[in-house]
Amino acid sequence: MNRMLAIVRRALAVGACALLAAAPAFAQEAPDALVKRVSQEVLEIIKADPKVQAGDQARIREVIESKLIQHFDFLRMTALAMGRNWAKATPEQQKRLADEFRSLLVRTYSGALVQYRNQTIELKPMRAEATATDVTVRTEVVRPGQSPVQIDYGMAKGADGWKAYDVIVGGVSLVTNYRDEFNEQIRQGGVDALINALAARNKGGPGK
Amino acid sequence: MTALDRQVRTAAALALATALAGCATMEGGSAPSKSDPLEPWNRAMYAIHEPLDTNIVRPIAQAWVDYVPRPVQSAVHTFFGNIEDGFSALNGLMQGKWEKAGNDLGRITVNVFGLGLIDIATDAGIPKGDEDFGQTFGFWGVPQGPYLFVPLIGPTTVRDGTGLVIRYYLGPVTYVVNDVPLRNVLYFLGGLDLRAQALEASSMVDRAAIDRYTFIRRAYLQRREYLVHDGNPPKKEDDE
Repeated sequence: MNRMLAIVRRALAVGACALLAAAPAFAQEAPDALVKRVSQEVLEIIKADPKVQAGDQARIREVIESKLIQHFDFLRMTALAMGRNWAKATPEQQKRLADEFRSLLVRTYSGALVQYRNQTIELKPMRAEATATDVTVRTEVVRPGQSPVQIDYGMAKGADGWKAYDVIVGGVSLVTNYRDEFNEQIRQGGVDALINALAARNKGGPGK
Repeated sequence: MTALDRQVRTAAALALATALAGCATMEGGSAPSKSDPLEPWNRAMYAIHEPLDTNIVRPIAQAWVDYVPRPVQSAVHTFFGNIEDGFSALNGLMQGKWEKAGNDLGRITVNVFGLGLIDIATDAGIPKGDEDFGQTFGFWGVPQGPYLFVPLIGPTTVRDGTGLVIRYYLGPVTYVVNDVPLRNVLYFLGGLDLRAQALEASSMVDRAAIDRYTFIRRAYLQRREYLVHDGNPPKKEDDE
């Protein structure tokens, strides 16, 4: 019995060691490799899943939540969109802003995702030092019979690996594109006005 | 001077005065964007544009995309695309971008074999240069100038708008096609194709924007900056 326990304990220990060894290896996946892997996974799903192709929003959101979300740093994205107004928000407000901004971006993305079928993603060579902690991963989305679209990801290395903090489509940063709107809301009614505007937008209200 | 002429002039003068008054009042209460000193005027223009686009232009473009056979759509797109490739080559040359100009000229040559209606060049992977007069001005250091929103044309700036006016005067449909009804059909199709190309962007704005006017402005300015620098705009901490 004791021997049995010892074996189990050893097996557990080995397992834990393997996990510990694997976790950092996974976290150290290079940013361009990460983008390529995740994009391909998502493209595979889009190609194979009839629900996604039919435009089933619930299913699309599920794909985004399970495959994409964990690779984005929404707090940093929100800070970037806010610019210097970020410092004016309390930690509580910052959290609410990040939550609402996350919902808005997920909604935007889920609408765009359907249009990505029949597309392939090519990575452009990345020029970055091995020690860099902030890089831009450049990709090109190739669509049959149409001009390719450049999609770049601003990525930073944190405690739990690389995460994207900006998505730049054809030169338009989806994050800093909100800077003027956020400024305007805050100028008119403070940080709470912005939170309310984002919340109203996420509840399905149309934009102005 | 006809009565109508007078009316138009009065309206224009009034509009200008309103715009100037708008600028003056803005000094006090609000913080206008540096890139959009004419914001009250532009917002008024946007208010004219929006219902026209939403209720008339956009649905027509959407119907074109949804119901007209793909080969017809792509033939129209390729036909006008060849003309733009020519102007892109010219603008590429004016900026010393030989490779881009070469690609554009190559595209036109190859597409001759598709009778100008089948885009063989894109299928063969020859990239479009997508250069225009606004970008040429930008390349030679001309700043964007104030942002402008023009009903039915959309977002532009003083610099890019000047480029559009030059482009408009160079035709060539105006000079080549003497048959007025045919010319009008071509104008219509050209406009339709342009609007159809922007439908994806429009639905993006639908989903993403809180304030459409502001969202479109920022996206336009970012996009143009990117194009002027051929995809490598200088990084800046733009914290207005």
